[in-house]
Amino acid sequence: MKLYFQNTFEIFRKELKSEFRTKYVLNSLLMFVLISVSIIRFAAGDEKVDNEILTGLLWVTIFFASVSSLARTFIKEQDKDTSVALKLTTVIDSVFTGKLLFNLILSFITSFITLFLFAVIMNYEIKNLSGFIFFFILGITGLVIILTIIASIISKANNKGTLYPVLAFPVLIPLLVSIIHSTKLTAEGAETFSLYEEVIIILCYIVVVLTASLMLFKFIWED
Amino acid sequence: MNLKCSNLSKEYNSKLIFKGLSFELNSSQSLAITGSNGSGKSTLIKILVNLIKPASGEVEYSVDNKKLMSENVYKFTGLIAPYLSLYDELTGFENLLLFYNLKTGINKPNPHKTEIINSYFEKLELSDAKNEIVKNYSSGMKQRLKFAFAIMNDPKVLLLDEPTSNLDSKGISVFFEIINSLKNDKLIIIATNDENEKSICDLNINIEDYK
Repeated sequence: MKLYFQNTFEIFRKELKSEFRTKYVLNSLLMFVLISVSIIRFAAGDEKVDNEILTGLLWVTIFFASVSSLARTFIKEQDKDTSVALKLTTVIDSVFTGKLLFNLILSFITSFITLFLFAVIMNYEIKNLSGFIFFFILGITGLVIILTIIASIISKANNKGTLYPVLAFPVLIPLLVSIIHSTKLTAEGAETFSLYEEVIIILCYIVVVLTASLMLFKFIWED
Repeated sequence: MNLKCSNLSKEYNSKLIFKGLSFELNSSQSLAITGSNGSGKSTLIKILVNLIKPASGEVEYSVDNKKLMSENVYKFTGLIAPYLSLYDELTGFENLLLFYNLKTGINKPNPHKTEIINSYFEKLELSDAKNEIVKNYSSGMKQRLKFAFAIMNDPKVLLLDEPTSNLDSKGISVFFEIINSLKNDKLIIIATNDENEKSICDLNINIEDYK
């Protein structure tokens, strides 16, 4: 178990170092977010966009930004044949958790930048900030777990680009419905405790997908 | 360390690669797997290192007469192969340190870790390039680095798939020097058609005899 955590940390550190050198994922995430927010602003013109619609657009931007870049952590291992070296040196599950940790950190950074841009450029108002941030973090966590495990599946497929959102979207529907609903209500000022049912649904979703991912990863990672 | 393969067979897309392949090896024994291109040498190496499963048959490693679980095989094996690459964006030293840490555990106290890794760079005459990113390495330098990757954790079993491809004459002589020094206490399997590589092995299997 100790080796599992050590390997997780070591893989996370390797991902950070690689990303720091290539800046591939971070750059593509930030460019996607910047372009999306700019397009939404141009489309809206001088009109004040309704907060409900902005919540939806915020999650659309985060979803597609994540889909466009989070798969790379696994695809590059497969394409560059480095996965064999990992298979010969690591506790298998640690590959998933190391990459999940890296994707989480990266997604939190870009998602909070997206939120900041929405607030500044689109005048997105959040009345219950602490409640909103709570649901926002839960939503990103669930999204990243699903996108990471599906990235490991599609890294073995030929048609990676198309397959990723197609496979991810149906699994993400329950999470997206709950998260859009709860962030919309907290942005409008709803108290966090009044949304405890949403909290339970989202937490259960995260526990289930994380457990399933950890159980299935071994079979996905093996050829 | 003992390796026993019983009645192995493998097929891809209903095409038979080999069948009925059995052999047994002990520590300090070496085996050359020969056969023409596409005959299944690499497939057999992948099965032996537990990267893929055979269609039928069994690969059984045992240490001190205790059977090794298949998920623990990686702890005892080292591999060089054309289908194995190290990270282009990391330096040679960072690559070896990463895999050394992954295999042994980063917190396992080893004050000599850096010296051990440096010694492999010296052995393989790569010291000048150890702080360069692997992307800038020539194919021969990458092959030497892969050799260091395979042997650095002192594995009991060495699986070498075309180990001297891309190496110049100096690299090849360094390779044979190291392999000869390791031969006495390791189980070595080489997939090759090179006469010099075949000559250092005790046993020979032609995979085309198992079609």
